[in-house]
Amino acid sequence: MRIEINGGRVIDPAQSLDRVASVYIADGVISSVGTAPSGWRAERVIDASQRIVAPGLVDLAARLREPGLEHKATLESELAAAAAGGVTSLACPPDTDPPLDEPGLVEMLKHRARVISKAHVYPIGALTLGLRGEALTEMSELAEAGCVAFSNADMPMPDTQMLFRALQYAGTFGHRVWLRPQDAHLARGGVAHDGEVATRLGLPAIPVSAETIALATIATLVRETGVPVHLCRLSSAEGVAMVREAKAEGLPLTADVSAHHLHLCDVDIGWFDPQAHLMPPLRGTRDRDALRAAVVDGTIDAICSDHAPVDDDGKQVPFGEAEPGATGLELLLPLTLKWATEMNVPLMRALATLTTAPAAIIGIEPPTFRTGSRADCCIFGATDHWTVSRASLCSQGKNTPFLGLDVPGRIYYTLLAGHVVHERADRATAARP
Amino acid sequence: MGASRNPQLNASGDLTHLLTLEGLPADVITHILDTAEPFASISEREVKKVPLLRGKAVFNLFFENSTRTRTTFEIAAKRLSADVINLNIGASSTSKGETLLDTVDNLCAMDADLFVVRHAQSGAPHLIASHLAAMKRSDVHVVNAGDGRHSHPTQGLLDLYTIRHYKRDFRELTVAIVGDVLHSRVARSLIHGLTTMQTPDVRVIAPRTLLPSRVEALGVHVHNDMHEGLRDCDVVVMLRLQSERMKGALLPSAGEYFKHYGLTADKLAAAKPDAIVMHPGPMNRGVEIDSAVADGDRSVILPQVTFGIAVRMAVLSIIASN
Repeated sequence: MRIEINGGRVIDPAQSLDRVASVYIADGVISSVGTAPSGWRAERVIDASQRIVAPGLVDLAARLREPGLEHKATLESELAAAAAGGVTSLACPPDTDPPLDEPGLVEMLKHRARVISKAHVYPIGALTLGLRGEALTEMSELAEAGCVAFSNADMPMPDTQMLFRALQYAGTFGHRVWLRPQDAHLARGGVAHDGEVATRLGLPAIPVSAETIALATIATLVRETGVPVHLCRLSSAEGVAMVREAKAEGLPLTADVSAHHLHLCDVDIGWFDPQAHLMPPLRGTRDRDALRAAVVDGTIDAICSDHAPVDDDGKQVPFGEAEPGATGLELLLPLTLKWATEMNVPLMRALATLTTAPAAIIGIEPPTFRTGSRADCCIFGATDHWTVSRASLCSQGKNTPFLGLDVPGRIYYTLLAGHVVHERADRATAARP
Repeated sequence: MGASRNPQLNASGDLTHLLTLEGLPADVITHILDTAEPFASISEREVKKVPLLRGKAVFNLFFENSTRTRTTFEIAAKRLSADVINLNIGASSTSKGETLLDTVDNLCAMDADLFVVRHAQSGAPHLIASHLAAMKRSDVHVVNAGDGRHSHPTQGLLDLYTIRHYKRDFRELTVAIVGDVLHSRVARSLIHGLTTMQTPDVRVIAPRTLLPSRVEALGVHVHNDMHEGLRDCDVVVMLRLQSERMKGALLPSAGEYFKHYGLTADKLAAAKPDAIVMHPGPMNRGVEIDSAVADGDRSVILPQVTFGIAVRMAVLSIIASN
């Protein structure tokens, strides 16, 4: 299939390219940008005028809920959501049921994803068996099956010696380790940020020290072992400051933040809105502002969707009993664009936090428009606004704190290896001035 | 962000549910207290019933055990001539897997007019109120009878009633709340009530393990020392200490707690000579309060219980009439 994407503004962070040009795709790879290859005859022409043509987005945290949690979502529904969100590559955490701690589970997941073929799926293997923090998994076997990194998902490592050993073992074979910094004990029983809102509402709280103590532990062990660690979903100003300092010291750390946490804080819990029950918890405005600034200055490398489809049964219960999480794949680009606009961040830089930076963290080739690269890309209107509603989401998880919100960034096409996997027929809803 | 509006007042500012005292306007609180006054004297009458809620079905929906609150709500509703149905859900449907909102929908189908809800989770009554709004059931009302650590508004109101009864003007008082503020919905409700009524000095007295972080943001002065905290108080409110908190990470023992924070005649001497002593009950004698004080002439703990019925009658009748 030969596809020609005409007249769009091509932004490619991998080669700092930003210009209006046509993109020529043949046999699943980029043939050229700007000038048509000799003898070019397109089988399909996509009009991208007034739109951005960008590499496919890379998401560091998208729960697909398979295996075991198909009542919440399936690969079919969530990979369709990825395509609708312009996401062509995604890492999925191991917190499935059972967790991704056996090669067979990983192979099945990879196989299913290949059959559906709407996004490239990169499983994160469980760091410990059953995510229980008691015994190491067979990391090499899991890596052969397709795991790109290892993590204990949202389950904190209860035992520092175990964490130390896990880093040593993973480091021996060059496996990547991703950790969400949260102290198991200080976070126990908590459902909201320890601050005025939790005090007012009488919600069991998670102090910022749950994050900073875990960060101090991780930084110490990274310094000791030299093993690189990716820090998942920072939530606090103090945490950001520690990561900034550790990076300045030269420790091999990278970090991400969820797109939700760039916009929301604990006040958004309102009167116990279960939609705002997220993990890590939404913290104070000061924390949110520090996170927003940390992505600008590069302390935080990447923005992720922290996609967690939760069914209505999981949310239509009191706040403390509600399942944490929100659907995010289709909001990743809009929330990032909203952050970029509000912080005066150029589009090139904003797209880097969704493409080159997360690709480097996963350890895959960055999506790009270089000749010969796999043609993963998306076409969107950066200033086309839409209203988030249950009906507007492809994900089976319809729960998000952004329901009803007007957001910028409408995806019109997503191409995976040169195939159109998402397409919106209608021309832009009226662009805002 | 659908749950962001305080859902207890309707568009014209009338009370349609009672979920929390936070954000409840002072004139609404005063109206409830004034309405309770004549009900307080009903108990002295030969015939204790009035027909204000005749034909209404009041469901006591208790997901957590309670004797006192449930009983006083039941008496209040019966004195208003309502039909009262008591449901101890802790022992029935949720243990069969029914969700909170399924239970509510079922009871609505049985023509419930008003739910009195107690739940171990903060915010459960808000969830029910939001659900009723989504179902367009503005004819069904919710009264919070205690949710988790969050709120116990009728207790807060009866505490305000008691304070007004003995001390008259909220704007001249110093009130100390002593004990487990961290886990206490009673404390949170009373704090909101008193600050709304412009009480100038509301104090909390507790060890730091029993205070939530940033509690001063609620408008209270924090004391860790009992003698200092009780100095020149007009009202002393003792909180119940749950037995599971007495030993462990929060406190070493009931004995040491009593030594520092148990209310004795000696400690009470720091308060004003006419200070009253309150307790939401049930009391742990010898843990948070000495029997000599609990039974002493400054204790208004039993009148609180009596006023509680009148205040709950006022709340039920006001909500049912809106």
